[in-house]
Order: sequence, then C-alpha cells, then structure tokens
Amino acid sequence: MSIIKTFDVVIIGAGGAGLRAAVEIPKEYSCAVLSKVFPPRSHTGTAQGGVCAALGNMEEDSPENHVFDTIKGSDYLGDQDKIEIMCYDAVRAIIELEHMGLPFSRNAEGKIAQRKFGGHTKPVDPNEPFGKRVPVDRACYSADRTGHVMLQTLYENCIKNSVNFFSEYFVTEIIIENGICKGVVAFDISTGEIIIFHSKVVMVATGGYGRVYRITSNAHVGTGDGTALIYNAGLPLEDMEFYQFHPTGLWRLGILVSEAARGEGGILKNKDGERFMARYAPSVMDLAPRDMVSRAIITEIREGRGIKGSDGTDYVFLDVSHLGKKIIDEKLPEITGFARTYLGVEPTKEPIPIQPTAHYAMGGIPTNENCEVFLNETGDIVKGLYAAGECACVSVHGANRLGTNSLLDLVVFGRRGGKAINKFLQSVELSGINRDAADKSKYAMQNILEKSGNEKVYAIRTELQESMMDFCGIFRNENDLKKMVDKIKELKEKYKNISVQDKGKIFNTDLVEALELDNLISNAESTVYGALNRKESRGAHDREDFPARDDVNWLKHTFISKNGGQEPVIKYKPVTITKYQPMERKY
Amino acid sequence: MQIQVRILRYNPEKDSKPFYQDFTLPDVSPDWRLLDVLHEIKWKYDGTLTFRRSCAHGICGSDGMKVNGKNRLACSILLKDLNMNNPILIEPLPAMPIIKDLVVDMTGFFQKYEVVKPYLITKTPPPSDHERLQSNEDAEKLFESAKCILCGCCTSSCPSTWTNENYIGPAALLKAYRFVFDTRDEGADERLDIIDNPDGIWRCHTIFNCIETCPKEINITWHLSQLKKRISTREM
Ligand SMILES: Cc1cc2nc3c(=O)[nH]c(=O)nc-3n(C[C@H](O)[C@H](O)[C@H](O)COP(=O)(O)OP(=O)(O)OC[C@H]3O[C@@H](n4cnc5c(N)ncnc54)[C@H](O)[C@@H]3O)c2cc1C
Ligand code: SF4
Ligand code: SF4
Ligand code: FES
Repeated sequence: MSIIKTFDVVIIGAGGAGLRAAVEIPKEYSCAVLSKVFPPRSHTGTAQGGVCAALGNMEEDSPENHVFDTIKGSDYLGDQDKIEIMCYDAVRAIIELEHMGLPFSRNAEGKIAQRKFGGHTKPVDPNEPFGKRVPVDRACYSADRTGHVMLQTLYENCIKNSVNFFSEYFVTEIIIENGICKGVVAFDISTGEIIIFHSKVVMVATGGYGRVYRITSNAHVGTGDGTALIYNAGLPLEDMEFYQFHPTGLWRLGILVSEAARGEGGILKNKDGERFMARYAPSVMDLAPRDMVSRAIITEIREGRGIKGSDGTDYVFLDVSHLGKKIIDEKLPEITGFARTYLGVEPTKEPIPIQPTAHYAMGGIPTNENCEVFLNETGDIVKGLYAAGECACVSVHGANRLGTNSLLDLVVFGRRGGKAINKFLQSVELSGINRDAADKSKYAMQNILEKSGNEKVYAIRTELQESMMDFCGIFRNENDLKKMVDKIKELKEKYKNISVQDKGKIFNTDLVEALELDNLISNAESTVYGALNRKESRGAHDREDFPARDDVNWLKHTFISKNGGQEPVIKYKPVTITKYQPMERKY
Repeated sequence: MQIQVRILRYNPEKDSKPFYQDFTLPDVSPDWRLLDVLHEIKWKYDGTLTFRRSCAHGICGSDGMKVNGKNRLACSILLKDLNMNNPILIEPLPAMPIIKDLVVDMTGFFQKYEVVKPYLITKTPPPSDHERLQSNEDAEKLFESAKCILCGCCTSSCPSTWTNENYIGPAALLKAYRFVFDTRDEGADERLDIIDNPDGIWRCHTIFNCIETCPKEINITWHLSQLKKRISTREM
C-alpha cells in the first residue's frame, strides 16, 4: 500500500504555465505543485527573445494585427476564437507580469520596450489589412533573458503566496477513471518513495518533447512526460504531427540563438555570402516565420550552398557582426555568449554557424479555452483534468507557432486554467480512490529495476533521436515515415529488454532516464502516425509527396489515440474560423 | 583524445564514506563540454553515476560542481579549457550535504533565498491599465543581479559560509539587491532589516571567492557593497 497525500489541486510542472496557474489558486484551497526539477530550473527559463502583446509602445499596433498574424502564422489551422482570446488578453497579461515585478527592458518613455520578431507584422495602410504588411515591434523583452526573468518572477510570486512545492518528484501516472481525474502517482526522486497524490483537480503543465530529436534546443528533461501519460491513459492528443524546427540553433549542438538576433537586424547568409531569404520571402526576408526559414536553410544546404563543418554536417551563417558591439552586448549578451563559449566564434566579428533545431510542439493535450481537457473529438471533457502550456493544444498555434507566442500562451492560459479550477472547486467533492492506485507504476518501476536484458536506454534513445531527425524532420514523405513507424515498433520491442545499472532507491537517475525514454517513444509514435496520416503540407508539417496545403480535405485537427496493441486511431475535429478565411500564405 | 577523470563518489545505500573513482575515456573531443563527459561515463560505463543537469547551456543552474578545485557548471566548460595534465577532478559543491555522488542537498540554500523576501513588495497600487514606468537605466541596474541562476556555486565557495552555516550567503544577498534597488519596490526597509545583522551582510568580508566562481560572471561583491552602503546611509 502506498502513502496517499490529499490536495484540492495538483499541478504537474513548475514552468511558466504551471506557476502562473498556481498563483491563481486562492489560499483556502490546498495546492501541490510537482516538478521533476527545482522550479527555477524549468525549461521556461531558457526562453530568450520575448513575449508579445500589441502594447504599441514603440509604434502603432493593435491586438487585431496580432490575431491576424497568429492565424496566418498557424497556416489557418489555429482555432480563431481561441487566438482572439489570447491576443486580446495579451496586453493585460504583460502588464500583469510587469506589476508582478518582471524586470523588462524599457523604451525612452520608461514603458516596456518592444522589438521585432518573425511573423509579427502590421499593414502599411491600416485600412488595407490584407495589403502589404511590414514587421512590427511587438515582442516585449528583458535583454535576451525574457524566459529566465519570467520564470523567476512567477516563482517569486509563488513564494510570496507560500505555494506548496514538491521539487524533484517524478510523475509516472495520471489517474483517470470513467472520465474523472482523481490524482497522480509520483515518486520522490531523492528517496524513491512512491506516493499517490489524491486530488479533485489535476493540471498538466509538463512542457514539450524536443528530446525526441537529436538536434534540439530543448533541455534534457524536455521529454514530454505529460503528453505521453495522457496518451497512455487512452486519451487523445491533438495535432502532434506539427513540430516546429527553429531555424537558428548553434551548429552541432542545437542550442538556440533566438530570433531576437534577426529581430535586431541579424542576417542569414549562405556560403556565397548571399542573403538568401530575399529569394524565399521578399517582403519580410529574415523575419519570415520559422517553418519557412527552416525549410529555406535546408533547401540552401541541399542545393550545395551550405558550409561543410568539420564533422561532415552542414550549416549556414547567421551574421550579427554589423550590429556593432554595443547593441550586441546590450541586447543579445546571452546568445552571443553561447556562440563564444561553445563554438569559439566571436559574433561581433564573424558570422555564427547555425542549423535548424527541434524546438516546439504545436500539438499536445487538447483543451478548450478554459484548459479543460477533451475526452474526445466531439467536445466532452474529462472532469477535473486541465492542461496548459507547451504540453497543451488549445489550439492557438495551429500548424506553426510564431515566436514569442508561447510565453504569452503560458501566462494567458495558465491564468485562465487557474480561474476555471477555482470555479470548479466550488462545487466538487473529492471522489474515492483505490488504495492500490499506485500499483501499476510500482510494478513498472520494479520491473525496470529487476530486468537484466541487454538493451541500453542510451542506445535506444540515440537511435530514436537519429531516426526522428532523418525520417520525421523538416521535410517528410511516405517512405521515410513508414520507416519511422517500423523503427518505433522495433524500439518498443527493444525497450522490453532494457536493464539499468543503478538498482538503488536514492536519486536513481538511471531509472528516471528509462521512464523518460518510454515517454519519448510514445510521443514519437503519436507524432509519426499523425504525420503519415496527414497528406498535405501545412505550416511545420511538410510532405514532399503532397507539397500543397489542402483545405478541402485537411483543414481539420488530428485527434490521435492509442488502441490497445493495434495501430493508433485517428479522428478529426473541425477548425474554428471566425473572421479570416484561409488564404495563400505568402510573406 | 584520451582523458582521465577522477570523481568523488558516494552512494549512501552502499558506501560508508565518499571515495574517489578514476575513469579513463579513450575517445573524447576537446570541444566537448564537461557535461558531455559525465554523460559519456553514465551512458557507456557506469549508469550509477549521479548528477543533476537539464538545459546543458548554462541557464538552468542544475549542474554546479567543483571542477579542479573551483565551483563551475559542467555544461559551461569545454575540455580544451581545462588543464589535462592531471586527471580532471570532479567533486560535489562543498558545504552542502551530499545526497549521492555529485548531487547535493540544496534545501538550506533555497531557505536562505526565501528569507530575503525575494519578490516585489509594493504598497502603492499599480496603475490600473498600464505598466509602472521605469527608466531603462534603472531597469538595467537590476539586470546583472537578475541574471543569477541560483546554481549555488558562489554560496558554497564562500569561506564565511564554511565557518558559519547561518550566514545567509552571497546568492541570497544578491537577490536582496535585485529588489532593494528596484525603483518599483517599496519593501527595502523590511529586507534591509533582515540582512543587517551579524549573520547577514556583515559576514561578507569581501574575500571575492564568490565572484571568481560565478558562472554568469556577476560581480557579486559590487552588488553587496551597494547594499552595505545603503544600510549605512539608512542608519545616518
Ligand atoms: C531555448 C528556447 C527558447 C525559447 N524562447 C522563447 C521565446 O523567446 N518566446 C516564447 O514565447 N517562447 C520561447 N520558447 C518556448 C517556450 O519557452 C516554451 O514553450 C515554454 O517555456 C514551455 O513552458 P511550460 O510551462 O509549458 O513548460 P516548461 O517550462 O518546460 O516546464 C515543464 C515543467 O514540468 C515539469 N515536469 C515535466 N515532466 C514531469 C514529470 N514527469 N513529473 C513531474 N514534473 C514534470 C518540469 O519539471 C517543469 O517544471 C523557447 C523555447 C526554448 C527551448
Ligand atoms: S565576497 Fe563575501 S560573499 Fe563573496 S565569498 Fe567573500 S565573504 Fe563570501
Ligand atoms: S550569483 Fe552566480 S554563482 Fe551565485 S547562485 Fe547566482 S549564478 Fe550562481
Ligand atoms: S545543465 Fe543547466 S546550467 Fe548546466
């Protein structure tokens, strides 16, 4: 029998989304925030460039411009009613962060400073919204440490509110019975003890799963545990085939060089020194959305205009040297520091070698605008279950997220989720839970510890990451995706024969990595099957064998769910369109 | 190239006390981070080797450890920048209880951080529909201190911490600076009361260990000296 702890609310994840929700839960309710790392170590802290809102502090701008950009950026797959909610709430959300203490960079009047970011534009003539558009200063920032100070600020506000943290607790299961969520099973990494957190409400805020790819900007802990747990609980995931590659990761390492570098005037160049984006997106050039820039880079490389690196892989250049040392040191200190430390490149003098890096999951756990999780594509919800942040799919990012819209998503929907939870708590009783609710997790963990197979976690993970790069990356086709489907089946078999060396209870990171690998494989599965199924190219999902967007057949969300041992089942949900009918997406 | 690594190991479930273990890695590249070396060992040689890490690029603060005698982040040092004549010596952060191998108990560190009230304290309500104003110059005065990633490298390198476990330590004091000097904050007095005592800022004897070790290159003692000045002028 396991220890049971009881709370009104359990939040899994202490990144921006989880912390923003936690701030919203009033003191009269007991709330536990579980995180597999100390809260300020969460991945939100790595975000660099900014968080957007049409404050209009630098120039004229409007929330409606932001709405249109987000819809167009999403390649019309985003739900327009949700996008309206987010963009119209953005101004309030950013001001709230400032009031909470976030140290923003400021403009000459002492207001929050803003800069340009890919895909954020406004019409040259306000009366011609569909006419020519130019980049606009919409990203609010704090040098290039926006996510870091946002995470700090939210963590500080949680301390002020005496939020109950369970740091270095690893969640292994979300308990859902008959459409009602009853809590989670977790283990205390430092002791190995398994605990049932019995609660009226669970919010999943576990972040992204970039670690399914070999080259990624995501932290080692970015294994998408929450999406995998939901999938394994038999619930659907939405639009998993849409995975964003950020154009500018440091070559070989994938460490992100924020779009802020281009927002401040940085330029992409091929081996001939040509500003190649002028050919792909004549009006906004280097500030085109990420899917387009990533494809442009790979096309340059495929056509022989990349630069060959020492290990045989190719890169192109991101040049910021012409911005001058003052701007670089003041506005881009952190990212230029990475280039210096890790590649030995001096960005004030020479261009930075970059390559696209796996960055952001547009898909995830389907929710409505109040973060309530959908049980199915017809709109029923799971009682007591909420999700927010990168692990969720509202969907505001559709087929391609615009830079700075994720941090915004975290605070807008983290807060909305928190508010919805408060309301829900007013009328709900704690439902009964089986005392053996932790047994499944317990056996699974014991099983891993006792196994003596000769497959290694590290080797399987590397194989998964390499093959995802090769077969389910920026450009996809049926042949490759089928290979990846087979690869996943093969790796699942191999996983059954793993063994870990560490058999102890205390701080067993060997065990944690094994559990995370299981989650990575699940996330790869939902991504690949979604990608194989979707026979069109839209946003970040590019099928070489179906190069055009197909609104007649595919303007719809994928809902994929597990089907016992069989192939996953795919169903669909229509896209909500309010004002903007799909148009050709040109920049 | 081949390298030698010597790591302080301790598993409380097995070992009565910590001991050093040597590893020889036959094929590593000078471009590797020290964190890559730890992963190489964990993934290919000894799965029981235990350390924290997350971001792998010096921004989450997980992997503070003592490398060749100095506290650093394993993900922010490249092999080519280390002296390779002797085995690379890797030990957990000092002055914190070891949980296992390179993982230390940071509970005390975070408790001290909470003591300084690390959040904006205001009495005047903010403007209802826009941000508080602050000049960029005033904002930038906070940036260096706000860079802190709470890795603990400074506090665990501080001789005053070693000799007095109640000393609040440089990281917490730096956090106090972050708010005391924020033009929007109105809690300076409360915070200065907390740090103006023998276990507070006055334990800092400006020995500079903290600055030498800070991976974010924060000039910690400068910030602490501003706090000291502020306290002195307050008393006058
Ligand atoms: C390098 C980089 C730069 C970025 N820059 C920007 C930017 O400038 N602007 C922008 O808008 N977006 C940016 N993004 C995207 C954005 O930062 C992320 O999408 C966002 O921070 C995710 O936040 P989150 O709260 O959903 O999850 P995270 O911050 O990833 O937090 C996840 C939390 O869940 C916990 N957790 C996960 N699994 C478990 C488990 N099994 N048990 C217990 N706890 C668990 C973790 O411990 C963590 O606390 C960037 C992303 C990266 C990688
Ligand atoms: S300067 Fe002060 S805080 Fe820093 S190491 Fe010395 S005594 Fe400690
Ligand atoms: S001041 Fe520097 S060394 Fe100290 S905790 Fe912060 S980042 Fe780490
Ligand atoms: S792993 Fe994040 S600081 Fe080193």
